[in-house]
Amino acid sequence: MAERSFKKEVEHLRKGDGDVFTGEGILAITKALLENGVGYVGGYQGAPISHLMDVLADAQELLGELDVRFEANASEAAAAAMLAASVHYPIRGAVTFKGAVGVNVASDALANLSSSGVTGGALIIVGEDYGEGSSIMQERTHPFAMKSQFWLMDPRPNLPSIVKTVGDAFELSEASNTPVMMMVRIRACHVTGSFDTRDNKKPELSVRDALSEPRKDFQRVVLPPWSFVHEQDKVKNRWPAAEKFIVENKLNEMFGPSEAPLGIVCQGGMYNGVIRALQRVGLADIYGNTQVPIYCLNVTYPVVESEFQDFCADKDSILVVEEGAPEFIEQSLSTMVYRTGTPVKIHGKDFFPQAGELTGQVMLDSVTAYIKQVAPDMLTGRTRAPNTPKLDIPDLSKTLPVRPPSFCTGCPERPIFAGIKLAQNELGEHQIAGDIGCHLFASLPPFEIGGATMGYGLGPASNAAFDGGGEKRAISILGDGGFWHNGLSTSIGNMVYNKSDSVAVIVDNYYSAATGGQDLLSSRAFNETKATNNPIADAVKGIGVKWVRQIDRTYDVGKVRDTMREALTTDYDGPKVIVMSSECMLNRQRREKPKRNAAIKGGERVEVPRFGVDEDVCTGDHACMRLSGCPSLSLKTLDDPLRDDPVASIDQTCVGCGNCGEVADAAVLCPSFFRADVIHNPTGWDKRKADWRSKVITWLQSRRAARRLQFSGGAS
Amino acid sequence: MNDMSLLPETGSDTTQGEVIKLACLAVGGQGGGVLGNWIEDTARAQGYACQATSVAGVAQRTGSTVYYIEMAPADQGTPIFSLMPSQGDVDIVVGAELMETGRAIMRGFVTPDRTTLIGSTHRVISIAEKMVPGNGEIPPDEVHAAAEIAANKLILHDLEKVANDNGSVISASLFGALAGSGALPFPREAFEDAIKRGGKGVEASLRAFAAAYTLAQTGAEPEQPVSEEQPASEPQSVEGPAELRYGWEELVRRVDTLPDPVQDMARLGLRAVVDYQSVEYGAGYLDRLDKVQARDSEAHGWELTTDAAKYIAKAMAYDDVIRVADLKTRGTRFDRVRDDVQPAKGTLMMVTEFMHPRAEEIVGLLPARMGARWEASPKRMALVDKLFNRGRRVRSDGLIGFGMLYVLGGLRGWRLRTLRHAQEQAHLDRWLALVTQHVATDYALAVEIVRCRRLIKGYSDTHARGHSKFDRVLGALDTLKGREDAADWVRRLREAALQDEQGEALDGALQTIASFTEGAAA
Repeated sequence: MAERSFKKEVEHLRKGDGDVFTGEGILAITKALLENGVGYVGGYQGAPISHLMDVLADAQELLGELDVRFEANASEAAAAAMLAASVHYPIRGAVTFKGAVGVNVASDALANLSSSGVTGGALIIVGEDYGEGSSIMQERTHPFAMKSQFWLMDPRPNLPSIVKTVGDAFELSEASNTPVMMMVRIRACHVTGSFDTRDNKKPELSVRDALSEPRKDFQRVVLPPWSFVHEQDKVKNRWPAAEKFIVENKLNEMFGPSEAPLGIVCQGGMYNGVIRALQRVGLADIYGNTQVPIYCLNVTYPVVESEFQDFCADKDSILVVEEGAPEFIEQSLSTMVYRTGTPVKIHGKDFFPQAGELTGQVMLDSVTAYIKQVAPDMLTGRTRAPNTPKLDIPDLSKTLPVRPPSFCTGCPERPIFAGIKLAQNELGEHQIAGDIGCHLFASLPPFEIGGATMGYGLGPASNAAFDGGGEKRAISILGDGGFWHNGLSTSIGNMVYNKSDSVAVIVDNYYSAATGGQDLLSSRAFNETKATNNPIADAVKGIGVKWVRQIDRTYDVGKVRDTMREALTTDYDGPKVIVMSSECMLNRQRREKPKRNAAIKGGERVEVPRFGVDEDVCTGDHACMRLSGCPSLSLKTLDDPLRDDPVASIDQTCVGCGNCGEVADAAVLCPSFFRADVIHNPTGWDKRKADWRSKVITWLQSRRAARRLQFSGGAS
Repeated sequence: MNDMSLLPETGSDTTQGEVIKLACLAVGGQGGGVLGNWIEDTARAQGYACQATSVAGVAQRTGSTVYYIEMAPADQGTPIFSLMPSQGDVDIVVGAELMETGRAIMRGFVTPDRTTLIGSTHRVISIAEKMVPGNGEIPPDEVHAAAEIAANKLILHDLEKVANDNGSVISASLFGALAGSGALPFPREAFEDAIKRGGKGVEASLRAFAAAYTLAQTGAEPEQPVSEEQPASEPQSVEGPAELRYGWEELVRRVDTLPDPVQDMARLGLRAVVDYQSVEYGAGYLDRLDKVQARDSEAHGWELTTDAAKYIAKAMAYDDVIRVADLKTRGTRFDRVRDDVQPAKGTLMMVTEFMHPRAEEIVGLLPARMGARWEASPKRMALVDKLFNRGRRVRSDGLIGFGMLYVLGGLRGWRLRTLRHAQEQAHLDRWLALVTQHVATDYALAVEIVRCRRLIKGYSDTHARGHSKFDRVLGALDTLKGREDAADWVRRLREAALQDEQGEALDGALQTIASFTEGAAA
């Protein structure tokens, strides 16, 4: 089960003519797919498009009614490959994943798909994880469209525009026999707003019915000579068809006066930012009425030359607003005016920074600078020559702590890395490669385990150079998500075939946790529509790993350390795989808390554990912190002049996972930790026992107390 | 990032004056999303067009997150909203934690011309701060000061506490403070209705909301950072057998004869060692203190004696098995665990201790001579290790567990004969000898030597590491003594030693010393 249930959102998907949807962009896209008669939907989860997958996964019933097939694909490559159904069959299909990483993985299938061309509308929805808060390398998805010749749409970031674009994309795809990618930036995926819904539409031909009348056409197969025919077809037929459709249906938008000496060409996704900048210099109002002409590219590839030349006709200069590097659009526009000798000056990255997100400040600065240079009279004197005194607000940049992402309270991965750290304390530092997933947080303090990461499921593969072994063995980390994504073959298979003498740790937390807790082949939960409960250890043995260890409770730090030691020191020189399994605490709490509270309300006997620290036993050396980093394990400054340093303290958010006690034990830290198990609705026997105990204990305590000095008040 | 020079002058953006811009900076997992939904819901219900965005992703896991909301009256068309906050262009900033409030200021979202800043003063301590062996906590003062300067209207309170006191979470108290600030043009009911529509934990949320609302309304002075902790003011009271009390009073009278500046610390130290062992032991403490005082003088404001009062007490009340067992079996400790865990009415509580005695601890309990012999023999140590060295879960609320600890704790009388005690005594005397050796020639240096005792803390490995740091720092004395800046260097070494676990910073500092002394030699 995903991090939460989406039944409520699913209800939104049932809205029809005359209703209004209010919610997040990504959910609006999901609804739009159904309104446009999509026949099949797939994808691979990841911020910011996980929501689309999660909601559809919970919408099986509705999808059934509409004859829509939903596939939770094994990877982005699998998702893109699924679009093959639209090559021969007039069925609209849509898949989704995150850019640029997902597109990287999908690019093989995308290239083949683009070569074959499509009959039914093929839509790829990419959540561009770029800029602030991004968890991946900063790259653009744009060039994939250029190299494979599929079309790229980048709608204005508001719900009506995004929803309209879904429909436009399908039609554009069908009109030009080319797959279309709709790129939605992370903020646009999470942006909230409203749009008028339409009735959902069944696909004219369902994938189920398509199977009754199979179609094929060898001219679509990517083999010579047809591959060369495809190449020509792209530029001679598909491209012109696309341009025609884009112009006739006004997919790109013009705003502001038709005549002006200057103008702005921007990606659809940048439109709101441009308007805000113009608002701030007094050249636009809050409803987007602008004094500077704007040519808004909702289709960023291909750029329609005729439209662009018209826009430039009466202008001395234009500013291209394009996020990220390199500036592909600006370059192609420059080529156009260069070839035709149009007398318009093209600006862009000469005013904007070469790389990086176009934040509000960047946009304001660059747009202002441009206008100041080409049309200063448009600006108020104040903006032309700001005389605002510099505010002397203290610079906190040196003071504030960085907050790297880290494991949640009670995370089952924390004890794994505590155990590995302890093993390294004994055997010395090792070469460790990380992977994609929550476990990558281990590369940051306090654990600092794992150096580089080469991609999803590539942890062990990225250690291949060290497969031959040496004085010390290389260690690699791999999550269950990455394992099933492609780690089984690309990483583990690679280890087996190359007789790798290294160690792979597979972190199995029952979910694809980092992307929102989606189920996997190895999930323990029962899932109506998916086959779960396929143990990772079986798969690993299945492809020939002989040395496999399974740990079923990762909180046993001692066992983790000992198993690591064994793997690193054993004489066996083949691949060694340790599967460490415990459920993601975030999901476990979401599942168990309500049940537990209900049970307590219902009068059942329930034990609830929580950890604590004896503040007068703790000496404030913080050794436990360096092996934990748990959000609920924090510092507390005591009101005692004899104490120099703050002591450890565990707050109410502790879920009693046990890591603190296990670490204190395994690392022989200190006796400060205690676990308090609160028994709700104790039985009569519980009560009698407790009562009897406390009588004896209290007697003993008062006996000793009576023979010594009792201090109270003052510093304790 | 927080370059203010490019801010448009106030009012230059009159054309968008109607847009209200609100940014909420929080630590992932603080529930900024919930707050965002409430605000949106309120605005829409009040006939406003409203847009919210966030960049979730990995930041959700304890990173810094930003939720951004824009709203404007919906009646004259559809406004074009921005998807991210801009420097100098935010009307309301909500900081769900002190350092995140600071981050909002650093990023230029808080400006004197327009920004209402609602910040919670509580801390979510970052891992970098936690890992420091010494005190790594970032002092709050700077952020408080910056907030005073940057904000147009400032509401700064511990809204986490307000939430907890009302059995709710911080999103509710932040929402209340926002409503109370009057920064949004909506009536109180509008906010409360949003909470009700949300339908989760409504009662508690409304309580926290109300409390925070009043805080913001009454315009209570923004909280000032709590300064250095003071000795607790409440009077000490002592109970116990008459003869012990008599002995105690005697010792207290001795303290009263000490110089004024020393007395407070000496009283605390005395109490600590007497509580640790016995009245006689307390007398021993004062004897040692007297020796130090005899070499100290008014001229230096008795600084040396005051610090000695603190660190001799800590050295004499070292942490051993007996101490831990004693502490864990006291009635007062049972009460504190209850206060900490706060078990609900009608529930029972079981307490499990996590202990891991090593051979060193066990042998440390043997009589000094015998213990020393055992410790010298690897074979015997290995045997003891085999017998005792394993993690032990002790149910201190159960009869067997408690009984075991109770007996151990009762060995206080035996303690003074143990190997561990002998070792601690020897170490203590060597240390004080060093102090007395230098006090005449270099007073400041002697003070620093006293303070180095701070390096020794923790148990087992950590304790051993502390000892080695202590020795390494004082080991530098031979090179340093006689130098003008000897004291200053010992201080620097000590601070370096507290910076990281392995003492890398310390090694660096020691190398520096080595280098310049060589330089001097050459």
